Amino acid sequence: MTTVGVLGLQGAVREHFRSIEAGGAKAVVVKKAEQLSTIDGLIIPGGESTTMRRLIDVYGLMEPLRHFAASGKPIFGTCAGLILLAGEIVGYDEPHLGVMDVVVERNSFGRQKESFETDLSIKGIEGDPFTAVFIRAPHIVSAGPETEVLATYKDRIVLARHGQFLGCSFHPELTDDHRLTEYFISMVKSAGVTA
Amino acid sequence: MNTGTDRVKRGMAEMQKGGVIMDVVNAEQAKLAEAAGAVAVMALERVPSDIRKEGGVARMADLRIVEEVMSAVSIPVMAKARIGHITEARVLESMGVDYIDESEVLTPADEEFHLLKSDFTVPFVCGCRDLGEAARRIGEGTAMLRTKGEPGTGNIVEAVRHIRKVNAQVRRVVNMSKDELMTEAKILGAPFELLLEIKELGRLPVVNFAAGGVATPADAALMMELGADGVFVGSGIFKSDNPEKFARAIVEATTHYQDYELIAKVSKELGTAMKGMEISSLSLEDRMQERGW
Repeated sequence: MTTVGVLGLQGAVREHFRSIEAGGAKAVVVKKAEQLSTIDGLIIPGGESTTMRRLIDVYGLMEPLRHFAASGKPIFGTCAGLILLAGEIVGYDEPHLGVMDVVVERNSFGRQKESFETDLSIKGIEGDPFTAVFIRAPHIVSAGPETEVLATYKDRIVLARHGQFLGCSFHPELTDDHRLTEYFISMVKSAGVTA
Repeated sequence: MNTGTDRVKRGMAEMQKGGVIMDVVNAEQAKLAEAAGAVAVMALERVPSDIRKEGGVARMADLRIVEEVMSAVSIPVMAKARIGHITEARVLESMGVDYIDESEVLTPADEEFHLLKSDFTVPFVCGCRDLGEAARRIGEGTAMLRTKGEPGTGNIVEAVRHIRKVNAQVRRVVNMSKDELMTEAKILGAPFELLLEIKELGRLPVVNFAAGGVATPADAALMMELGADGVFVGSGIFKSDNPEKFARAIVEATTHYQDYELIAKVSKELGTAMKGMEISSLSLEDRMQERGW
C-alpha cells in the first residue's frame, strides 16, 4: 500500500491524515529522520514556516529531507510547506529546502482579516471548481522553465508542479474535497520509488 | 471570494496546532519569541503577573505597542480586548491584528454579555473552564478556545483542572445517545446543535489550547499530554532568568511532549522559572478565571 508521511513538527497534521486516508493511502506522522525511509511520499503541512524551519534545524532534519527530495520521492507542500520547498523566498537571503524551482512571497494576500476562500479551476482536476482556503497565504511570484502552473487566482500562481514537487498557497486539507490529495497520491504511485 | 468565514477563521487556529503562543510587551521580545519558534505572539502592555501585582483596571494594550509588535515579526500577532468591549475589539480588528483574545485577564467591560464574535471578520480566542462555557463561546462565534487556568500565577493546577474537565465532558457527550443531548444541553448551558456536532465529530469543532499557569517546559508538555492542541505562555517566559533559553525549551517540549529525555535535556541549565503562587492564597475576586459568563 502507498504510504504518505505528514511532517508532524507543527500545524495542520490531523487534517492531512484524513485527506490521505480518504484518498486510499496509508498516512503516517513523520517527526524524526529515520521515519523518512518508511514512506513513499511526504506532505509538508500548513503552519508557521519560521517555526517549522527552526524545529527542522533543531532535530537535524534538513539534510535527511534534502536527501529524500533528491531520491525522487514526491513532496507536496501546502502554504507553509510551499515556502519550505521554494528555491527562493522574496526578502530572504536563503531558502529553506530550496528544491522546487519557484520564487514565493510570504503573507502576500495580507493579514488574517484578508484571508479568504474562493473557487478555483485546477488543471488536471476535472469536474466542479475546487474550493480553496487561503490563510495568510503566500503566492508563487514566478515559476522556473520546468515548473508547470496548475492554478492561478487574480493572475497570481497558487498551485504548481515541478517534477516530483507539488506546491500550493492554499489549504486543501481544510475542506472535504480530497481531489488534490488524490492527485498527489497518484504522483506518488507513478513515481515508483517505493520505501 | 469570501473573507471571515468559519473555515477561514477556524483554519487559522488549526495552523497554530502543536505550537506555542507567547506574551510579549515590545518588539524586542516579539523578535526573540519568533526566533525561538513561537507560532504567534500576544501583544500586551503588561503580562498577567504584572497586572496582578499592579492592580487597577487592565484594558486593551497601548496601540503603539501592538503596532510595534506587528511590524517587528512575520508570524501572526494577537491582542487582548476586554470581555464585552465591542469597540476595543473593532479597533484591534481595524488595525489588522490577526486574532483577538476576549480575555478575562483584562478587567471585564460587560458583566453579563460577551462579544458576538461571529459579527467580526477577525477570528477570536476565548477562555473556558468547562464544556458549557466552551460551547457558549463557540455559539457566539469564537474560532479557538483555550483553558482559562489561573493567569499570572505560574501554577498549572487550574489549567489541568480545566482541560481535564472539558475533555471528560466532550467524551461524555460523544458517548451519549442523541435523545439524552437536550437535557445535557440544559445542564451545561450549551447550545443543543453544538452538542450534536460534537457528538458527530467526536471532538470539539475548534482547537483548544492550554493557558493560564504554564511556567516550565514540563508544564507545557503536560498540557499536550492531557490533550491540548498547543500552549499559550504568558508570564512564564519573560519572568524567567533566561527568556531566550526558556522560550526555545518550551517550544521543543511542546513538539516532543512524550520525549522525556529531550525534555530533561532542554530543562537543564534554564535557571529559575517564575516564582509561582498558591491558588488558595488568592481571594475569589482576585481569581481571573471567575470572569466570563
